[in-house]
Amino acid sequence: MALELSILCKSTLEEDYSPTCFGTTFYQFLRGLNDQTYLDWLLQAWGWTLNVSAISLVLALVIGISVGTIRTLPCDTWLRKILVFVGNTWVEIFRNIPVLVQVFLWYHVIPMAIPILKSLPSFILVSFALAFFTSARIAEQVKAGIASLPKGQKASAAALGLSTFQSYRFVLLPIALRIVIPPLTSEAMNIVKNSSVAFAVSVSELTMFAMQTQEETSRGIEMYLAVTILYVLTAFSVNRIMGWIERKTRIPGFVAPNTGGGGH
Amino acid sequence: MEIDFSFYTWDLFTNFLKKGFIFSLQLTVVATLGGILLGTILALMRLSGKAFLVVPATWYVNLMRSIPLVMVILWFFLLMPSIIGRSIGAELSAYITFIAFEAAFFSEIVRAGIGSVAKGQSDAARALGMTYGQNMRLIILPQAFRNMIPVLMTQTIILFQDTSLVYAIGAYDLLKGFEVAGKNYGRPIEAYLLAAVVYFVICFSLSRVVRHLQAKVAIIR
Repeated sequence: MALELSILCKSTLEEDYSPTCFGTTFYQFLRGLNDQTYLDWLLQAWGWTLNVSAISLVLALVIGISVGTIRTLPCDTWLRKILVFVGNTWVEIFRNIPVLVQVFLWYHVIPMAIPILKSLPSFILVSFALAFFTSARIAEQVKAGIASLPKGQKASAAALGLSTFQSYRFVLLPIALRIVIPPLTSEAMNIVKNSSVAFAVSVSELTMFAMQTQEETSRGIEMYLAVTILYVLTAFSVNRIMGWIERKTRIPGFVAPNTGGGGH
Repeated sequence: MEIDFSFYTWDLFTNFLKKGFIFSLQLTVVATLGGILLGTILALMRLSGKAFLVVPATWYVNLMRSIPLVMVILWFFLLMPSIIGRSIGAELSAYITFIAFEAAFFSEIVRAGIGSVAKGQSDAARALGMTYGQNMRLIILPQAFRNMIPVLMTQTIILFQDTSLVYAIGAYDLLKGFEVAGKNYGRPIEAYLLAAVVYFVICFSLSRVVRHLQAKVAIIR
């Protein structure tokens, strides 16, 4: 069984191969067709994967860091007690429902309750689902990061007369956010991988591309291979970028806590 | 459209959910046991220090960990018929996929678990004249697994959640059961809501058990 990677250069509409492998405008012009090759489609699908991943990552970081920080607040007033409770509940809810079920909830159920969501395209809804799912995991890492700081940090911030907000803003978070970068790296890579669940609501990202073209061309192995390589490439790039950020922001002497998470 | 929960009956469970629920549970149990077994072998290969064992095991683990599970499920479903020589159902393909995939994750846990056993233990075993096999089987692995129980269980909860991804190849699992029921009763929204609640209750209670175990099981080091 030989690989026929030239399938990527084939037109998606006709039994025809593009000499450049792209259905370029010039190529379309010559043939008088609005046509694209499988390679064009693959790259578009990659674009959707990157899109969904990027939106979810930004949202997940914002929510996850906020919720994780809130959960470490001292429970001295009733307002903070409520905040901590809400934070803990948030994490338990979004961590204990499978991501695919959450995607279905965002796609089928939540727009019924919040009608404005009905006007949003499905890739945005999937991004929400992925972001909320991942935010719970990030909140766990951030909480563990803050908890791993030496007690003296908090105490000396208080001794200097800093308010709770100030001690988080100037003392605790700047250190904690640096030491959670390694676990956040794996969460960022997980987001890229988990974006594959978007196939379930027909977002035309890489996994959807793989499933559709496998049926359409019956060259499944070639298509899966191309998609798999792009996933690995993307996850690897994310890993390198986060590694770079980690090196740039590292404080000598602090080691990230092992929160024993596991996961995919 | 109004929410109507009137179809939440015992018939719903026996007609649509039972089959999927049993499959999801079986898949979780089989993949956990198979994954731990294969994962332990992979971990021992990686710790053996012999290049012809370390290199393939490392490659395998890193490869599995860098591909989305959905793609792995699709790959196995596509390739299994040509490897085995006959077509197999989505369910059997799911069993094989999950064992192979989870082994990579379990091997990392086992590797960390073996690393968590104090070095003096293995030195002492060697001083008593134990072979590598005896050392692993009688001294290291029993302690390592005890330390690992909470993490292994956490991974099992994640595994149970991941079984819903067999949706990609159309296997009839718990989530599929809810979906089919929702379509049959014309109440997809209520069905998805119930699915979320059921998964939540199962995973949340299991994670409580893990937290309880975490406090009890750890060997003081």
